[in-house]
Amino acid sequence: MSAVIELAGIRKTYNEGTAIANEVLHGIGFAIQPGEFACLIGPSGSGKSTLLNLIGLLEKPSGGSYRLNGKAIQEADDNTRTRARLETLGFVFQFHHLLPAFSALENVMLPGLMLHGEITREVRATAIRLLTAVGLADAMHKPPNQLSGGMQQRVAIARALALTPQLVLADEPTGNLDTHSADEVFALMRDINKTQGTAFLIVTHDPRLAARCDRVIEMRDGTIVADAPQAV
Amino acid sequence: MRFEWTVAVRFLREGGLQTLMIVAGAAAGISVIVFMTGFLGDLQADLIRRTLGVQANIIVRPAEEVARPLREGRDALPQVQARVQRLRSVDQWQALRQRLENTPGIRAVSPIAAGPGLMTRGDTNKSVTVTGMVPELYAAVTRFNEKIVAGEYRLSPGDTIIGTDLARDLGVGVGDKVRLSTPTSPGDAYQIRAIYDLGQRTHNRAFAYVSLPTAQALLDLPGGISSLELSVDDLFGADRLAQQLQETTAHEVESWMRANPQLRTALGNQTIMTLLIRFFLALVVAIGVASVLVVSVVQKTREIGILRAMGASRARILRVFLLQGALIGLVGAALGCIGGYTLTAVMSQFVRAEDGTQLFAAQWNGTLYLFTLIGASVLGLAAAIMPARRAARLDPAQAIRI
Repeated sequence: MSAVIELAGIRKTYNEGTAIANEVLHGIGFAIQPGEFACLIGPSGSGKSTLLNLIGLLEKPSGGSYRLNGKAIQEADDNTRTRARLETLGFVFQFHHLLPAFSALENVMLPGLMLHGEITREVRATAIRLLTAVGLADAMHKPPNQLSGGMQQRVAIARALALTPQLVLADEPTGNLDTHSADEVFALMRDINKTQGTAFLIVTHDPRLAARCDRVIEMRDGTIVADAPQAV
Repeated sequence: MRFEWTVAVRFLREGGLQTLMIVAGAAAGISVIVFMTGFLGDLQADLIRRTLGVQANIIVRPAEEVARPLREGRDALPQVQARVQRLRSVDQWQALRQRLENTPGIRAVSPIAAGPGLMTRGDTNKSVTVTGMVPELYAAVTRFNEKIVAGEYRLSPGDTIIGTDLARDLGVGVGDKVRLSTPTSPGDAYQIRAIYDLGQRTHNRAFAYVSLPTAQALLDLPGGISSLELSVDDLFGADRLAQQLQETTAHEVESWMRANPQLRTALGNQTIMTLLIRFFLALVVAIGVASVLVVSVVQKTREIGILRAMGASRARILRVFLLQGALIGLVGAALGCIGGYTLTAVMSQFVRAEDGTQLFAAQWNGTLYLFTLIGASVLGLAAAIMPARRAARLDPAQAIRI
């Protein structure tokens, strides 16, 4: 099976061509295989979030090549990238980022609504199944502001999984949670990875969580300094 | 479009007070626009009716007689004396009347024989315009029957109808007799059958109405008439219609607009003023919608970022905000139509004419409301273009970080 993502020589320079040009990524290269559970660690300012945004097609690299499912995508136009985000990737952010105007269930159904143009029976069933799986069957009609931080993050994970993506990108998904909730959320992602084979790339500061991943990629000052599988 | 609808409606609902206030603002502006549009036509038509009195919308009379010099040539500088305009009959008026009655846009046709006369009682003489007409036809053209304040609207040979002021001047009432003479006839005694009031003193002294055959005899116009008076369906299209008629007849056709140029100018200015006010109201509504949406884009930056990250295209974000603008316009217009109708109903109770009658009435104007709904939606959509483009252009990576 081919890699979900393949990066080679990825560079990113902000304010390119000006006096304050600042290269934050210097030739990053690695691949993530289907079903992998990897984490990205490193000190603040090492370029983790920038790299995650590049992989998530929210930003374009200044140089290098990026293949998503074997197809070069680093120069693709906005519509192609948007479509790829919808169909192939899922996002979980640190600050939950649910839409406050929609209930938990509606938040999880939004990707389906985007893809099909309507809320089909299947979209609804999938959303309910996912919310049940993350343990929120009783709270699915509540708006986000009535849910705890851990619950919101579980809704966000359910939303990221709504269209069965190949890769979920999580930017400090537990960074804002207490230890107990963090463990729960992490266990949930691990479980989905095991049962559904969804690949995860998780940015984290937490060495406890990093220790529980199959692979740890360590960054410092815009380069990868270590990339090793580990036994859990 | 389901996605765009859902998100647009939710965003507006989430806006709460902000949405409520802009919708209320749009409704207030639009209700004044609806009010002004609705009542202006009524008010102007009423003003015209009152000012014109018994003047018809269009008058057809014989072409003026002109003197033509017989000598022609370059060196000839003849002095041409203008001819006097004799009282003449409209040529072939029976055929013309029939043709006019069958012309679309013309509501009623009334033959008139009018000329100078003198009304006498005792040793008092008052000059009047002797006006011969057929009561039913004349009423259809001028609504003259509504102006009768005493007596009966009917003209037998030997009857006359005069105005209130003339009646006072001569000290007569219904049933009294007066003498009516003309330059071509020594005259006879006539009984006052009815008294009219046109609301203007000069008009109330000017006319002595008699039956058409009586006038023909008095004015020496056997079988003839001096003019045909018409009423039309479209008051403001009278001039156009008059010109069309002018081209197909040998007679002089004059619309009320031609006959009353100052009134026409005044009405024109009034129309332009209200047009200007309505335009600026619409502009203010549009700017209001735009400014609220600009703020909304800033407030929703993070949500827009999430939607973009989840896979919503730029076009979709654009449509979400365009729809919000159109929805504000639509709801504002719906409330504005109700508000405009209410405003007309309330104002019609307070704004009254001299005689206490209403100048305009609240009417359910479906076409106006339909156009308002469509127009306001388009206006809201147009106002949303700038904010929507701004929302669509947001960089999702930056938007999420906020």
